[in-house]
Amino acid sequence: MTRIKMTRIRMSVNGVEHTHEVEARTLLVHFLRETLGLTGAHVGCETSICGACTVLIGGRAVKSCTRLAVQADGAEITTIEGLASDDELHPLQQSFWDDHGLQCGFCTPGTILAAHDLLTRNADPDDAEIRHALEGNLCRCTGYQNIVKAVRSAAASMREAGGTT
Amino acid sequence: MSAPTAPKFIGAPIRRKEDPRLITGRATYTDDIMLPRMVHVALARSPEAHARIASIDTSAAAAMPGVVEVYSGADLKDVIAPLPCVHSIEDLKEPSHPAVAFEEVRYAGDAVAVVVAESAVQAQDAAREVVVEYEPLPVVVDVVAATAEGSDLVHADIGTNIAFTAVTDVGDVDSAFAGARVVIEERFVNQRQIPIAIEPRAVVADFDAGYDKLTVWSSTQVPHFVRLLLAAVCGHPETKIRVVAPEVGGGFGSKLNFYAEEAIVAYLAKALRRPVKWNGGRTEDILATTHGRDQVCDLSIAADDNGKLLAVRATLYQDLGAYHQLLTPVIPGLTVGMLPGCYTLEHLQVTLHGVFTNKTPTDAYRGAGRPEATFMIERAMDLIARATGKDPVEVRRLNFPAADAFPFTTATGMEYDSGNYQASLDKLLEMVDYDRLRAEQETRRAAGELFGVGLSTYVEICGIGPSAAMTAGGWEACELEVRRTGGIVVKTGISPHGQGQETTFAQIVADGLGVTPDDVEVLHGDTDTCEQGIGTFGSRGQAVGGAALSRCVETIQNKARRIAAHLLEASEDDIVFEAGKLFPRGVPAKAMDFQQIIDAAYVASQLPPEIEPGLSATHFFEPSNFTFPFGAHLAVVAVDKDTGVVTIERYVAVDDCGRVINPMIVEGQLHGGIAQGIAQALYEEAVYDDNGQLLTGSLMDYAVPKATAIPEFELARTETLTPVNPLGAKGVGEAGTIASSAAVINAVVDALSPFDVAHLNMPASPQKVWRAMQGGG
Repeated sequence: MTRIKMTRIRMSVNGVEHTHEVEARTLLVHFLRETLGLTGAHVGCETSICGACTVLIGGRAVKSCTRLAVQADGAEITTIEGLASDDELHPLQQSFWDDHGLQCGFCTPGTILAAHDLLTRNADPDDAEIRHALEGNLCRCTGYQNIVKAVRSAAASMREAGGTT
Repeated sequence: MSAPTAPKFIGAPIRRKEDPRLITGRATYTDDIMLPRMVHVALARSPEAHARIASIDTSAAAAMPGVVEVYSGADLKDVIAPLPCVHSIEDLKEPSHPAVAFEEVRYAGDAVAVVVAESAVQAQDAAREVVVEYEPLPVVVDVVAATAEGSDLVHADIGTNIAFTAVTDVGDVDSAFAGARVVIEERFVNQRQIPIAIEPRAVVADFDAGYDKLTVWSSTQVPHFVRLLLAAVCGHPETKIRVVAPEVGGGFGSKLNFYAEEAIVAYLAKALRRPVKWNGGRTEDILATTHGRDQVCDLSIAADDNGKLLAVRATLYQDLGAYHQLLTPVIPGLTVGMLPGCYTLEHLQVTLHGVFTNKTPTDAYRGAGRPEATFMIERAMDLIARATGKDPVEVRRLNFPAADAFPFTTATGMEYDSGNYQASLDKLLEMVDYDRLRAEQETRRAAGELFGVGLSTYVEICGIGPSAAMTAGGWEACELEVRRTGGIVVKTGISPHGQGQETTFAQIVADGLGVTPDDVEVLHGDTDTCEQGIGTFGSRGQAVGGAALSRCVETIQNKARRIAAHLLEASEDDIVFEAGKLFPRGVPAKAMDFQQIIDAAYVASQLPPEIEPGLSATHFFEPSNFTFPFGAHLAVVAVDKDTGVVTIERYVAVDDCGRVINPMIVEGQLHGGIAQGIAQALYEEAVYDDNGQLLTGSLMDYAVPKATAIPEFELARTETLTPVNPLGAKGVGEAGTIASSAAVINAVVDALSPFDVAHLNMPASPQKVWRAMQGGG
């Protein structure tokens, strides 16, 4: 039987340093879910279309189902579990709740993180910009209207709070 | 009974109780469950749409790293019984549907072998090493051709592809057609769709040998059905099976089923004495989760000069796919039943053929048979308008039953519970300023633009349903426990997966018992917690499940009143229960808190012998009829002359779903529902080639709309209560989908009227629209 070669990777996930041995083919999303137990990133397709697996790498939204864990060696990753601080919801989480921006919730972590990426680049996006930024995140429940509304209101409250969180 | 006080929470747009876990990544979906010693299943699936399995060799797969066991279909056929179908169709041909194929495969995606390994990737690697020798058989793809004499057969043993033919013949259709001034004939196609819940199906099972207890977690809308059918198919006693629907990432009807993988994983957990997981991912989910729609209908419409609908004659072909899944042959019956739409119609004749093809089975998909009916009858209204030179609004008004005609019995025997179709249409026309909209159309047309306005006035059947009309029961069960501490727990048999009943049910209890929604815990989706239930589908959560809860609230109120009457030495009839206080009418100074009553119920020392200790209630609610929500939708579209691209400029909807518990949630249901109907109208189509290969087998090929493809919706409501249940709620989960495809296509056809296009089937893709403009139809 061939011996599977393992590679040592180090990364910071939600501010915690992790070192693990992984197979070269292990996808980042499987590493996060199965090795680190961070199951907030979901697998909804295998083709990088649905965006349920979206996490932040160095602040940028990345689909963790089409990235290898070894490619994330040395990276700083934020998952949905790391977005709230001290049990205080991030403005995006708060607005998705307030504005009914989710139903089944499966796409929600990825959608929130993709919106987070948008708002760090554009503090005051209009609806068309929000919809464009979320093209990589499919939602089958909401028809998107309340997602757009939630991102808009999160942007407003983040601007009010003075800059991004 | 005390006089009802104004509801504080019912009708309020309260934020959802389920959201905090969902927005923080703390929710547990089936694939998130990881158990010690768990093994993983991968299925080898047929690449052939129709073939005889000449041989199958699992030895190479069995030798792969980490592999625990490999099973072929032949290994499992005697331990897992064929999958059941629930129906009451006379003379239905029911071919055996093995969980894993063993002699013949009948669609691309049919499972042929099961691999169990220590990790999911090892199982998937090994599944690729299963060697199957297929002898190809003729492939049946076209649903109409499949009904012809001498057609190749999907199931040679039953000798025909027609699983059933059902004829509905009401009135005197021939005479009505003979005397009609307007006769229109058209072929309507409701294309096959893939439901695509964003969470692919997954199953986990664990067997506790000490208790002989089988626990199955499944991404399902119907855990109680899964429990029942697991018992039947795997031979394990139902009382020793627990089925849990944990967080479920959308269903839309596709998880209203009992699937092979549920049986396989449950069987393996028991056989191997280890926890087992299967997660098919998107590729398998697209192939092996039921599809929706897929009807071809040759429809003739008779009308008079004024646009009065006289008669409908139809031959309807439902593509069933290769096998019956749980409700496959039942779905097109809803199309026939709702074909009259919201119009008076005396003469109707429909011949429905359920037809096997070598494709993935079809079954319920959001709307399940009703969007198909709405598409046809709403297109028919516009075709009549076109033939008579009338406005589509005028034709619809002419054919509506009067607002005082309810309950209204249709030609197909449906009794529409309540309605006022004029009111919702009037409100819609006012919202859009219809006359101005038509004037704008003239201006823009004169400027060379293609600009269309499309209406859909719909009625649908939901609140499913009275048990008399359901093969497996249509009631819903609920328990309500007021605990010693004051904690209030609802245990419901419905199994919401995004519909928000943890919140709306808490609102109902909060008003009924004078607490807040935060005080109420709503449990669902676990057959050990909620022992009895039917599930969430057919827009029944509120109308049937909520009604069962209402009964429980009433029982608790009555018992609390009895206890208070005893303690306050007053007559029970005189006790008022208001805002959490109980007091003799007119004497609020003597009020007792609800908590004091709870204490009395459990301490019990002061209770008279005729009052049992404790404070809980259980009810089964049996609806007397279905409910029939309705409304009026309008789409405004622009069509690009050069490319055929359709843009929805405005989408306005007035819906009537009876009593609304939480308007924010109702709007959310409508948004999502309308989006799925727009998806059918403009984007989605499951395409098979002549060899039965699914060409749209990934999200790169199957066009689920993105945020940029869906417009903003403008919504309003009318509120016509239903007499069918104590809440007056009708249901809203499917309404948007049922209404919207027709509105969009009517708008597109209207936009294309300069090209004299009479009809366009869905999806109205740029290519199809462009061809229609070139006269290619």
